[in-house]
Amino acid sequence: MLELRSVSKTVGGVDHIRDVSLKLEHASLNVLLGPTLSGKTSLMRLMAGLDQPSAGSVWFDGKDVTGVPVQRRNVAMVYQQFINYPSMTVYENIASPLRVAGAEAARIDREVKHAAELLRLTPYLDRTPLSLSGGQQQRTAIARAICKNAGVVLLDEPLANLDYKLREELREELPKIFAASGAIFVYATTEPHEALLLGGNTATLSEGRITQFGPTTEVFRRPNDLVTARTFSDPPLNTIVLRKRGASFQLDGGVNLPVPAELAGMADSSYTIGFQPHHLSPTRPSPSAVPVKAKVSVTEITGSESFVHLDFADVRWVMLTPGVHVFEPDEVIDVFIDPRHMMAFDETGRSVSQRLAG
Amino acid sequence: MARIDLDHIRHSYLANPRSEQDYALKEVHHTFDDGGAYALLGPSGCGKTTLLNIISGLIHPSEGRLLFNDRDVTELSTQQRNIAQVFQFPVIYDTMTVYDNLAFPLRNRGVPEADVDRKVKEILDMTGLSDRAGKRARGLTADQKQKISLGRGLVRSDVNAILFDEPLTVIDPHMKWVLRSQLKQLHHRFGYTMVYVTHDQTEALTFANQVVVMYEGEIVQIGTPADLFARPKHTFVGYFIGSPGMNVMPVAVEGRTARIGAQTIALPGAPAAQAGSMELGIRPEFVKVGKEGMPVSVRRVEDIGRQKIVRASLEGREIAAILGEDEEVPAEPKVVFAPEGINLYASSWRVEMGA
Amino acid sequence: MDKTWNNRAWFMVLPVLVLVAFNAIIPLMTVVNYSVQETFGDNVFLFHGVGFFQDVLTSERFHSALLRSLAFTAIILAIEIPLGVAIALAMPRKGIWVSVCLVLMALPLLIPWNVVGAIWNLFALPEIGLLGRTLNGIGFDYNYTRHPVDAWFTLVLMDVWHWTSLVVLLAYAGLSSIPDAYYQAAKIDGASRWAVFRFIQLPKMKRVLTIAVLLRFMDSFMIYTEPSVLTGGGPGNSTTVLSIDLVKIALGQFDLGPAAAMSIIYFLIILLLCWIFYTLMMRNEEQ
Repeated sequence: MLELRSVSKTVGGVDHIRDVSLKLEHASLNVLLGPTLSGKTSLMRLMAGLDQPSAGSVWFDGKDVTGVPVQRRNVAMVYQQFINYPSMTVYENIASPLRVAGAEAARIDREVKHAAELLRLTPYLDRTPLSLSGGQQQRTAIARAICKNAGVVLLDEPLANLDYKLREELREELPKIFAASGAIFVYATTEPHEALLLGGNTATLSEGRITQFGPTTEVFRRPNDLVTARTFSDPPLNTIVLRKRGASFQLDGGVNLPVPAELAGMADSSYTIGFQPHHLSPTRPSPSAVPVKAKVSVTEITGSESFVHLDFADVRWVMLTPGVHVFEPDEVIDVFIDPRHMMAFDETGRSVSQRLAG
Repeated sequence: MARIDLDHIRHSYLANPRSEQDYALKEVHHTFDDGGAYALLGPSGCGKTTLLNIISGLIHPSEGRLLFNDRDVTELSTQQRNIAQVFQFPVIYDTMTVYDNLAFPLRNRGVPEADVDRKVKEILDMTGLSDRAGKRARGLTADQKQKISLGRGLVRSDVNAILFDEPLTVIDPHMKWVLRSQLKQLHHRFGYTMVYVTHDQTEALTFANQVVVMYEGEIVQIGTPADLFARPKHTFVGYFIGSPGMNVMPVAVEGRTARIGAQTIALPGAPAAQAGSMELGIRPEFVKVGKEGMPVSVRRVEDIGRQKIVRASLEGREIAAILGEDEEVPAEPKVVFAPEGINLYASSWRVEMGA
Repeated sequence: MDKTWNNRAWFMVLPVLVLVAFNAIIPLMTVVNYSVQETFGDNVFLFHGVGFFQDVLTSERFHSALLRSLAFTAIILAIEIPLGVAIALAMPRKGIWVSVCLVLMALPLLIPWNVVGAIWNLFALPEIGLLGRTLNGIGFDYNYTRHPVDAWFTLVLMDVWHWTSLVVLLAYAGLSSIPDAYYQAAKIDGASRWAVFRFIQLPKMKRVLTIAVLLRFMDSFMIYTEPSVLTGGGPGNSTTVLSIDLVKIALGQFDLGPAAAMSIIYFLIILLLCWIFYTLMMRNEEQ
């Protein structure tokens, strides 16, 4: 188990990591999700031992490893830029950690062939990395990380430099590869979509802090606060600040929306209401859905879905709806918010709807 | 704005190309209409950036001509062609302020200062950079820098076309949404001819009226996003567009039915007899999981929030299906193919299925 | 990014540390010793305090030598830096000519410095040297052993020939690191050649140019071998720069005390000027 206890990292007066505590179990896949500069790379470097924390400690399997340099920590790391030894063949690249560890030739051969098989590199073992495509170079880097049999494998946005489709392919294969070894996997990404596809656990990061950590679908469906909800949505979360007065939500300017039954138990106060774009639809999903009149700004069509950008009371919302819907710009349409998935956050940003649901 | 004609253009990076393989861009003959929004979509190495650079003048094509509004511009330099290009990585002049960065292309062309001021203010407003106008361009974030790059392209009102080379690569997912819709609004408002190169199908499909799908230097299909989605002409288009891509499985066709393993599927029409291997293509969106139909074994269910992707196996073939957020996979899962989503392919090219 | 401690590394550095101590620190201490003590060479030392320092700092001779050194450095920097950058801009960046040009540029740097001095000594001789003969043939009355102006001219020419290549190579390295996209964007923006230089190339070369200026400054301010072989400080003392003067006092006159004091003052001046330069350039970077 890898444990971070109140770890902080300050460089030149700037806090990169603030008071992070985390427990990662063996044979688990953990996603670090957050925008650029939120601290994902800094955190991974602390886990690896490439940097020392300014405060707090790092523990592995019950032993304090905070001062231990990275060479002695048994971690493997895969980077965004495909990093391989350019002058060695793919075979040698994958074998390198075992050679350094002094394993005997028969074992090296077996493990390399196994890793190559897993990552579909067997026909390329004799080539050098630079003669391969980007996807294959990254597979080589991943194979090398696996061959190391490290206790902790860190992947820092490994698919970001790959084509869209290649990314999809590799992403499908990765969970299988992860499941095979028993290591702790930590995967950093900026895309919520990727976190959902990978499964496992997710830690959402914002400005050097971990806002929530738990099973991915939990964090996605039941965020504890507004920051987590925002970090985890793509397209961006639709929000609006409303005042609850009895059975209606009000906003200056005459906006008056009915409060759905699910949120009726809240105290009368000002809340930030948030909901995912796919919980807004042009047709009424249920009798208690909240109807809203909004103005269309622009419609984007992907063939299977439509993203409709709407303006409502000074905020911009995105509606994600299946099928092709063509709306004219500046058209005012009726849309409905699904009440079962409306989230409410109080003034400090903490989720109220969560607490209501119990 | 201009109409762009690509007249039998071919390009090879080698000095003496001999065979078809030596050409990075195989023959392209196409017209981009004035004021249209086009996307060049394809994987790495498919030739889309080569084509874009030929249009902008950074590459001189080995063969063929390029015309803007019927005027031959093949021999003209980039400056003379009057186009704007936005690159993958923000290209800004570090030592200048944001205002000066945007004014640069206009000042180089001797535009009077009053007009420069007006145009720059307009673009600052549009990209939301007004409050940073006087600041040095150096200390800004990646998306702000990319906005400046973009702004420099838009500030010239007389451009023939605006070309984008994977411009949102360095941008965070949240910002991507904002910038994409702004680009679309820009297109609505000003009617520029825009050509957008990307390998991301969401970007291509949301941005363009017409998408040009390329593979290994060739244009495979040109069509509207809806067309490409519903009626892909080649299995590659089916695979590349849509996430997950189209399910393709080999079938044996007999009259109005297709047979896969022990299962038969009714086709919406009778295709003409074809030689060559026949495949059936159906998008996961049209594969309905329920209690009736062909039995499948479910390998994995991926929950991506708004949908669930069901990865299953039908008669030994991998197949993906989409389930709604609140739906469940039944105990004995079976699938039905919605007829409007069935496509037939012979040797990877689409076959019409009659009536 | 801070690295983790690796104590083994210190052991590897130890031999070098010992060598440096032996070759540099001990002699330095000896010089400091001499600068504050009076001796007649018979191992009798009398403490003199800052007397020698005061003498040196107030001497006319020291001021002239210092002025000459500064003037030389200023002229060198004014010529070599722009010239070096211009040549680097003109050098090709792709193709077979790249290696040819780089080798040509590296050649002057490989010649031992006293040989450089000797080459120019002969080359510029008014009667039999190619340069001297040509200049006199054109109509100039050129003789670097007699006329101070000619001596300065030859000295500067020699240094430019010898050291501009360093600036060229550094500037070239800086230019090579500019991605193509910048040039493409400039083309599209319709930027003129001058604008490309001013707004793209120069800013990107800033770091590299800082190093080049610093190196050339230090070297030209400390220069000894080449002018010594070329003119020996003459004619008269017109090319007697600080280093040459120092050697004259120390080894010619055996005034160890004043020589030692002068050495230390020289060292401190270089240190000060380098620090000023560096701070100014770094501050510019930061903005």
